[in-house]
Amino acid sequence: MAFDYDKYLRPGKLPHIWCPGCGHGIVLKGLLRAIDACELEKNRTAIVSGIGCASRLPGYVDFNTLHTAHGRAAAFATGIKMAQPDMNVLVVGGDGDGVAIGGNHFIHACRRNIDMTYVLMNNFIYGMTGGQFSPCTPTGDKASTTPYGNPDPTFDISKLAIGAGATFVARTTAYHATQIDKLIAEGIRHKGMAIIEVLDDCPTTYGRRNKFRSVVDMMKRFKELAVPVAKAATMSKEELDGKIVTGILHREERPEYCEQYAEVIKRAQNL
Amino acid sequence: MAKKVALLQGNEACAYGALYAGCSFFGGYPITPSTEVAEVLAKELPKTGGKFIQMEDEIAAMASVLGAALTGAKALTASSGPGISLKQELIGYACIAEIPCVIVNVMRGGPSTGMPTGPSQSDIMQARWGTHGDHAAIAVAPASCQEIFSETVRAFNLAETYRMPVQVLLDEINGHMRERIELPEPGELEILDRQAPPVSPEQYLPFDPSFGDVPPLAAFGSEYRFHVTGLNKAADGFPTTKARLVDAEERRQIRKVEANRDKIEKNEEYMVDDAEVVIVAIGTISRSARHAVTELRKQGRKVGMFRPITLWPFPEQRIAELAGQVKAIIVPEMNLGQMILEVERVIKGACDLHGIGRVDGEPISPFQIMDKVKEVY
Repeated sequence: MAFDYDKYLRPGKLPHIWCPGCGHGIVLKGLLRAIDACELEKNRTAIVSGIGCASRLPGYVDFNTLHTAHGRAAAFATGIKMAQPDMNVLVVGGDGDGVAIGGNHFIHACRRNIDMTYVLMNNFIYGMTGGQFSPCTPTGDKASTTPYGNPDPTFDISKLAIGAGATFVARTTAYHATQIDKLIAEGIRHKGMAIIEVLDDCPTTYGRRNKFRSVVDMMKRFKELAVPVAKAATMSKEELDGKIVTGILHREERPEYCEQYAEVIKRAQNL
Repeated sequence: MAKKVALLQGNEACAYGALYAGCSFFGGYPITPSTEVAEVLAKELPKTGGKFIQMEDEIAAMASVLGAALTGAKALTASSGPGISLKQELIGYACIAEIPCVIVNVMRGGPSTGMPTGPSQSDIMQARWGTHGDHAAIAVAPASCQEIFSETVRAFNLAETYRMPVQVLLDEINGHMRERIELPEPGELEILDRQAPPVSPEQYLPFDPSFGDVPPLAAFGSEYRFHVTGLNKAADGFPTTKARLVDAEERRQIRKVEANRDKIEKNEEYMVDDAEVVIVAIGTISRSARHAVTELRKQGRKVGMFRPITLWPFPEQRIAELAGQVKAIIVPEMNLGQMILEVERVIKGACDLHGIGRVDGEPISPFQIMDKVKEVY
């Protein structure tokens, strides 16, 4: 039976702002299937975003939704979760929002291991402002502010999240639509900070500047480069060069922040 | 029954005032000279089941406060000039999204890192116009430790009543000064909570102007699901670029303060009835002004003091009236001329106007004020 997305979409808020061929809609659908699979209650769920194309997602969905300032989503979400630890808190956003202007909040949310699920749509570009390079734009690629090729090295968001202390880190791509919801659902069920990086396509501002002739070409590239994490374990570093390792990259159990603070409250009250 | 008394530092009085008001969330970042507010709340909030979090930076601290406030918590942050500069981004967010919260600014010298351990009143204009765009502002400027306690309570009341950020302006002197204060009993000071939506979740609009200039705010996590954005929005909370709707919303957000000045403004007048010179001063410097007035009265000079306790909105009407009564107004302030600009604007040349500015990390003394009075009058 077909999945009923309508029960989670706000009436009258579509069409969305995303361009034809943009992968954000694929991620939105994956997110809703994951929320459904986890049976999250609408009233007790908050979806928080920053600024950018991906950050417009909360406006379309029927939860407590908070479209904050550029980069600040994880910090607002931390306030919600601390004040209401029983609420389900999800963060969505893009690469520039999450790891450039929001980089400090991103790493500290990972470090605290606060129980939230952060779906980061990495399309390698600042799309909403017209295609400036982000910390995730591949070195050498063209953007409106790197007309001679990008001189900057790139962030590996998943590695950054693992290094900063996130206890669940997964990666997939917009091509792997059926994996998106499974990984987000795993992240929601995980107690602690879950980062799900979804490599996404921006045909309008990234693809057309970087010799992708169509959206299909961009999707094909994700398909060709993806290597499941189990297979990657059997490959050499040289073989993995330029590949996209997909699946659950990291999972560990570590005390969750709100639970730790509940202990603080107990200690304070037993004085 | 004897009053409960305590010897408290201004910053401590501020923290206890917040607890009295029902504050249940503090998000902060360490900065001199405000840190004691955070230190007291780190200790006291968990005792009440409240939450304290030290965030990774000033912006995040402000963000956490707004997130918590949206769930219904009375939320506080405290900082000082450079930290407030960083928070301005999200103070603007609190203005447009109409999220109640209280921000304490224990003022120090500047610009930039300035003089972290020196007193200052140089954020008078930052408190009004620090964030970009048109917006209303409420700021209170208490003078004594007792008043820091009660004005912090009132700041929460104003934030909840008008659904907006309210700033408490202290300075390094009254923030760190210790005084005996009488701790009010529960119920002694008025505590106001935000208005709950009087309609069903299906009918609820988070910015519904049909409820007046302050629309009721529901809580995240309740059955009232709603959307919040920093974009200009319509009554339903969703972004709009429709000129008529944007204009109406912006004007309403400014009107909610302007139309309620009589309920927000609070001033103290000291010996102004027959005064020919009035000193307009706030916070710590009003203490020097009071001393100067007392001494000058002993010498037979008709001098008084007008003290805005609510600094913003500025007490335009009363100062304009006083300007019609006196020969001169003197504005001593620990900056090089900020509040005097507002006084100049409202008196429209009706009397002489003189300023005393000081930015060397020392307070303006009563003698400096007395000398100025004698010089001009």
